[in-house]
Amino acid sequence: MAPVWTALEVLMGVLIPYVTASLIDEGLMAGNLDAVWKYGAIMVAIAAVSLFFGIMSGRESARSSAGFAMNLREAMYARIQTFSFADIDSFSTSGLVTRMTTDVANLQNAFQMLLRISVRAPLNVLAGMFMSFFINLRLSLVFVAAMVFLSVALYFIVSRSMRVFAELMRKYDDLNNVVREGVAGIRVIKSFVREKHESLKFKAAVDVIYRLNVAAETIINFNQPVMNIVTYASMIALSWFGAHFIVDGTLTTGQLTSLFTYQMQILSSLMMLSMIFVMLTQSVASAKRIAEVLDREPSMKEIPGAIGEVPDGSIEFRNVSFSYAEGGNPALEGVSLSIRPGERIGLIGGTGSGKSTLVNLISRLYDVSGGAVLVGGHDVRDYTFDAIRSAVGVVLQKNTLFSGTVLENLRWGDPDATEQQCREACRLAAADFVDELPQGLQTIVDQGGANLSGGQRQRLCIARALLRHPKVLVLDDSTSAVDTATDARIRETFATRIPDTTLLIISQRILSIKDADRIVVMDDGHVSGVGTHEQLLESNSIYKDIFEMQTSGGEADFDQP
Amino acid sequence: MFRDWKWTLLTVAVLIIISTLCTLAMTLFTRTLIDGYILPLSQEAVPDFSPLGMALLKLAAVLLVGVFVSFFFNFLMIKVEQGIIKQLRGEAFDHLMTLPLRYFDSHSHGAIMSVFTNDMDTFRQMVGRTLPHLFSSVITLISTFASMVVLSIPLTGLSLICAAGALVVAVTLSKYSRRYFKGRQENMARVNGYIEEMVSGQKVVKVFSHEKEAENGFKSVNEDLFKSVFKANRVANTVMPINAGIANLGYVLIAIAGAYISLHYGPEVLTVGTLVSFLTLHKNFSRPIAQISQETNNIAMASAGAERVYELLDEKSEPDEGHVTLVRQSDGPDRNDFFWQDNGKLVPQQGLVSLKDVDFAYVPEKQVLYDITLTAYPGQKIAFVGGTGAGKTTITNLINRFYDITDGKITVDGFDVFDISKPSLRRSLGIVLQQTDLFSGTVMENIRFGRLDASDEECIAAAKLVCAHSFIMRLPEGYNTYIGGDGGALSAGERQLLSIARTAVADPPVLVLDEATSSIDTRTEKLIQKGMDGIMKGRTSFVIAHRLSTVRDADYIIVLEKGRIIEAGKHFELLDRKGKYWELYTGGSL
Repeated sequence: MAPVWTALEVLMGVLIPYVTASLIDEGLMAGNLDAVWKYGAIMVAIAAVSLFFGIMSGRESARSSAGFAMNLREAMYARIQTFSFADIDSFSTSGLVTRMTTDVANLQNAFQMLLRISVRAPLNVLAGMFMSFFINLRLSLVFVAAMVFLSVALYFIVSRSMRVFAELMRKYDDLNNVVREGVAGIRVIKSFVREKHESLKFKAAVDVIYRLNVAAETIINFNQPVMNIVTYASMIALSWFGAHFIVDGTLTTGQLTSLFTYQMQILSSLMMLSMIFVMLTQSVASAKRIAEVLDREPSMKEIPGAIGEVPDGSIEFRNVSFSYAEGGNPALEGVSLSIRPGERIGLIGGTGSGKSTLVNLISRLYDVSGGAVLVGGHDVRDYTFDAIRSAVGVVLQKNTLFSGTVLENLRWGDPDATEQQCREACRLAAADFVDELPQGLQTIVDQGGANLSGGQRQRLCIARALLRHPKVLVLDDSTSAVDTATDARIRETFATRIPDTTLLIISQRILSIKDADRIVVMDDGHVSGVGTHEQLLESNSIYKDIFEMQTSGGEADFDQP
Repeated sequence: MFRDWKWTLLTVAVLIIISTLCTLAMTLFTRTLIDGYILPLSQEAVPDFSPLGMALLKLAAVLLVGVFVSFFFNFLMIKVEQGIIKQLRGEAFDHLMTLPLRYFDSHSHGAIMSVFTNDMDTFRQMVGRTLPHLFSSVITLISTFASMVVLSIPLTGLSLICAAGALVVAVTLSKYSRRYFKGRQENMARVNGYIEEMVSGQKVVKVFSHEKEAENGFKSVNEDLFKSVFKANRVANTVMPINAGIANLGYVLIAIAGAYISLHYGPEVLTVGTLVSFLTLHKNFSRPIAQISQETNNIAMASAGAERVYELLDEKSEPDEGHVTLVRQSDGPDRNDFFWQDNGKLVPQQGLVSLKDVDFAYVPEKQVLYDITLTAYPGQKIAFVGGTGAGKTTITNLINRFYDITDGKITVDGFDVFDISKPSLRRSLGIVLQQTDLFSGTVMENIRFGRLDASDEECIAAAKLVCAHSFIMRLPEGYNTYIGGDGGALSAGERQLLSIARTAVADPPVLVLDEATSSIDTRTEKLIQKGMDGIMKGRTSFVIAHRLSTVRDADYIIVLEKGRIIEAGKHFELLDRKGKYWELYTGGSL
């Protein structure tokens, strides 16, 4: 609706100078007071109606621009929900956040401006032209000449400045980068006494921005004089020819006055139109980044008629290979492994050996590149997302608690869990500290769980996963901040209380996995060995190495509870 | 800041006045055109247009001056605006670099960055656009008003009434809208907070197949934001049309009143030309009023930004009252070439570091170190052992004065650290931090960060010393491989090796090594170990140890608990004591 109101407002506005001409000619020049009153009344009416249309157009465009941003954010958010881990990785979470906040805000501003000017300005030009042709065809040729000249000049100015602005946007990223690194690396900078060095780098980036900005603005600065020269020249032309025509009797004084008004109106609208392009250049980058999110097809989909229930907690890897990037280095290669329901598996190996990657395939957080992963006897790709993710509880290495109460966080696992059940889950996860918190389960967790210690967070995350009653539970280095005694307690409770749950534990500490039914040693994307602690000590050199480092002075955990 | 631009700004002000007057000349010419030329010419039998031609030429000359003047002052303003902001950015960054670490601890990185981008940009817009606009609006207002008074006093009165009406409406609406704008900001913050939190935790959302709930939660905050944005913009968007409407109404009223006056009292009181001119003047009069009310919004925004910029500039720099400096007598790699220079006296640098009864608290009410006393003799390797939060890292941060002690004394080669100039103190202490921040640039540039005048050969030698050479050579472009600030394609272990190489090339007399706790694969770990051994040789070094192998060859082990030294000694001595260290070594980990 907004454009319609705007159009009506413009049309009303265009009529006023025309009626003014009649008021001057028929009233003032003819000495007829009645005509003055008549046209005066008409003008008041028009002005009032135009005011009404103007207000309506303002309100409507407020609705559309606010709605535009809301819909955009909602569409992006909904799209992000469908993203697989791989999709999220490719954007990075912080990248997604920026796109949804800063970029949307930029686009919203641009949209509002577009809404305001893109209808008003061209209409003003058209209506103004029409009225002046109507009043005096010959004299409006002055307008045409002025418009052509101004349009050509503006075209050159705008197209040149758009290029500079686009370049400017790219250089801004460099500037941000120096500040970001300077802030994040301040300890390094200070300890190497490199403050000046960083300042110089920053100033170099600032200088580039400065030069580009001056260049861009200088080009834009030509707008003003070009516009002014055209306006003034046509004013003078109007005065000269207008005077002739009035003396000839082919034009009235009132008409000349209204032509002056129309001419101003047309030229300033053209000017505004040209400025839109410049300002839009600055939001093009944002629009592109938003479009990337919206256009991204989720790389993982449910098949039609997917199975809605996982029968048991058995897991089988059949010659699985996986790489994060298509054609990139394989993170897993030729992994075959079969796990019985209720079995306890420990996973160990260096960074980048593929432990986390392997377990992420079980709940289909990523899709295999080759081979297949089976849970409960079916390929994970045959299940609904809901089925496989309810059946496989994962406590991620980088885990997050959300702002809200402890209870709300726990209920992520099961929205219907009673407080009793939540407490029970906490006990299982050795997170009984919740009872000692000032408000118990109602204690507010700050964003990111900042008011809890690392170990407390990890245990709450385990409790949260337990509330799902998963058939398979994956702990990806989830007790690294928990002291060894508590860690052992958690494992004992698991063994006695949820013996049927298949358990996969990734850990850096041999101690945490030593008593597992079987231990899988990963190395460089391959399974290097499978067996019990004793078997592996005999047969697997990597395992033996790790064990020796940890017992006789390799990695030792001095971090106390 | 503005002082440097005083004369330019003054010139700009003068030029703005000239250009405004030139524009006014155009408006007033309409009157002359109608009353002085068109009407008399219509009366003449054989009209002579040449006086009109002359008048128009004169006008053209005046206008041309106006065009050039306005082009020129705009050009000057670009220089001023960009120059000021360039200067301000530079100053702010220089200042940022001098701020103590506490500042960085207590301000989020995002907030600091937005000072350099958003806040500076809104501020620049204020300097470059808002202020000149405001000034020229005021000039237009004054000069137009003066002309209006000269032309017709009664019509001026009418025009004033309309302008006052517009002003009242604008002020009322802006009061009204401010409330909505506050609501909008709050909801905006809520939506951004929600996005920040949920999208950052998106992987967890997926693991719990919580997508629907997250989406619904988002919908509700998003909807709230829409409502408040709509309300705020609805008010804001009506300000313009209402102002325009009032201006239109005023225009009409003046036309009627003018026509009435002219007809009733005759052209001696008001001529046609005067009325036409006056109508344009009225438009010119009401426009700046609307503009001023719009600009106040921008000013409010810019001053909030400026405030944050000045907050940053007003932060106190790290104090540096030290006068003792570190000098090197020759360019050779021999560490014995370092000397402390104290009032012209040279004292050889040895690496004797001693702490006596040191207390420390990050915040006054929460002490983290108590009575720390220890001495590191030249060439010794001191290991700190203890749990998270025991205070290991804090001690090393005190020696190089990242933070200042609350009580006690720290000396280096007999000089109180407060007497040593900070750059010298930090040059004498090389630190390998656990958090390996690299900078965008090539591998070579990152190593050279340690010593800017190091040659390529020296950088490569340093990399070889710390066992980083072989992995660097495997990179696609070797030492010229470009790495992003986050280390990009490098593994955690490789980043660690690079940061050790960076310290090696700096060749500091004393070393502080914070061993990485992050799990690094066995092979790289052995490399890092070798790398660290490579640069520790012959230097006093402090090691924050997480691995027993490191501890065992230390000359002295310090066991910390809750900010206190609870045990100290050599590996076997401590084992024999069967205390905390023994417990850690035998029970705690195995």
